[in-house]
Amino acid sequence: MSGYMSGILSILAINIIFAYGIFLAVATGQLNLGGAGFQAVGAYAAAYLTATFGLSVPLTLLFGVVLAGLVGVAIAFPILRTKGVYLVLATFAFAEVITGAILNSEELGGAMGISVPAYVDWYVPVIMAVCVIGFVFYVMSTRFGLAMRAIHDDEQVSDLMGVSIRGVKVVAFGIGAALAGLSGGLYAVSYSYVEVQSFNALLSIYVLLYVLLGGTQTAWGPLVGATFFTILPEVLRDALPALKTAVVGLFGDADNVAPPDESWRFVILGLMTILMMVIRPEGLVTRTMVENLQFWKKGATSARREVTEG
Amino acid sequence: MSAAPLLSLNNVSKSFGGLQVISDVSFEVPAGVRMALIGPNGAGKTTIFNLISGVYIPDTGTVTFDGTDITSMPSRRRVGRGLARSFQNIRLMPHLSVVENIMLGQQSRASGLIDMTLPLGAGSRWRRDAEELLAHMGLGTFPGEVAATLPYGIRKKIEVVRALAASPKLLMLDEPAAGLNPAETANLRDFLKTISDTGTTILIVEHDMGLVRSLCDHAVVLNFGKKIYDGSTRHVQENPLVLEAYLGSRHAKDHDAEVHREATDA
Repeated sequence: MSGYMSGILSILAINIIFAYGIFLAVATGQLNLGGAGFQAVGAYAAAYLTATFGLSVPLTLLFGVVLAGLVGVAIAFPILRTKGVYLVLATFAFAEVITGAILNSEELGGAMGISVPAYVDWYVPVIMAVCVIGFVFYVMSTRFGLAMRAIHDDEQVSDLMGVSIRGVKVVAFGIGAALAGLSGGLYAVSYSYVEVQSFNALLSIYVLLYVLLGGTQTAWGPLVGATFFTILPEVLRDALPALKTAVVGLFGDADNVAPPDESWRFVILGLMTILMMVIRPEGLVTRTMVENLQFWKKGATSARREVTEG
Repeated sequence: MSAAPLLSLNNVSKSFGGLQVISDVSFEVPAGVRMALIGPNGAGKTTIFNLISGVYIPDTGTVTFDGTDITSMPSRRRVGRGLARSFQNIRLMPHLSVVENIMLGQQSRASGLIDMTLPLGAGSRWRRDAEELLAHMGLGTFPGEVAATLPYGIRKKIEVVRALAASPKLLMLDEPAAGLNPAETANLRDFLKTISDTGTTILIVEHDMGLVRSLCDHAVVLNFGKKIYDGSTRHVQENPLVLEAYLGSRHAKDHDAEVHREATDA
């Protein structure tokens, strides 16, 4: 496999895990714009422990997950008292605090970053991503998952039904933070280098977009969203020059086409984002859509059975 | 039969800012009855429901349920005690399927760690329970459909069944017949009688007097946050205070005069 492909697979797997981390919070109705903060906690935990104590990769990843999870639970309690846009701002501020603290810490390399004396190949993040996908699908199938979705729909009624709103929210937020930490740890050992500048606000925004545009009603949403938005810029990398050549070719002068500027990819990405918000405001994958697909499948098999019986 | 009542409100008052919404209301709901809470719009009926279910805490007075003072018990613990309710505007979870909504109703019976972390798939006893309850209530045809897509009358009924899934001792229904046509209302009445026959006490807020009289034998009437009548549904329309609340004082007198004239004519 080429270096390019394995690089894409690694980042795709990391993004999927990251997206599921944010999804668990968003699925309970809490918009978490602090993703980069939790990812930085996981990444720096893994990087620091490997660089300073020479711990093995599985151990450092585990530390990253546990630490990010604990930080998540610790800030969940005060932060969940806020609602709506204030919750978004609070999580955002949290991420700024984390990255600011790292930037000002000599021990963690400050602006220089830490180089990580460990490396994992693409299949490690991919295997972890598969496990995380399985885990989140399982969680969403339990009564805990049902309570999460109920809280997303109507907190007051969920409370009157006996759901512990605070408990479910804190646990979901904490597990989500742990998953974001896992994605950070995998990032550190896949790239063998961490610097705090890569855990910026844009990253938090992107991962929240993966989740919102993918759909928050089912566990399919983040998978589809993260995959789509990770692959799309890469597809455009080749498709865009080809498109320009074809269009210019219509008017005859196909040989002297300068390749389009790189930034056009992001213009198209932005346009796609707006279009999806307009066309599918509840996300690409909705509950009804999954239902219809299952119905269609079931319908098809029963129709076939009728045909064979008849 | 003067056993301890299932629910009793004792001198309950509640105000929002300077507005006194409930003043000094007391009444009792004996176990096993079907009782109505009626009154003109804005009389405080839904506020009473909210005080009983714990959405609001009374300023003064106490609420006692099944022998326990629940005045300041957190709202989410009350359903576990056997106190379930439906809402004036349908508040099913729109993104959950019918059967998932019912399974949410079971929450108070299944909040342990094991019940929370086991999947609710096809083999789960909770799902089987929910499907059986739906089938028993004549709603077995669409367990898998998303609640938001179903017709109004069906959703109203599903909300009642969701409250029922908690196996409550007291079922509180806030205007279950609002927006239903006469056939649907008659259907709902039989449905509620079925529920009542299993021993569940019913407290209902309703404007449809036909339904109230054919379903309940006892009514409490509120007006401007005060209790003005507490007695049989058969005589509620003869009470001058109730007439005044519904028709205004002048019309109430006319009505009274009419009754007298009829009486003297006869």
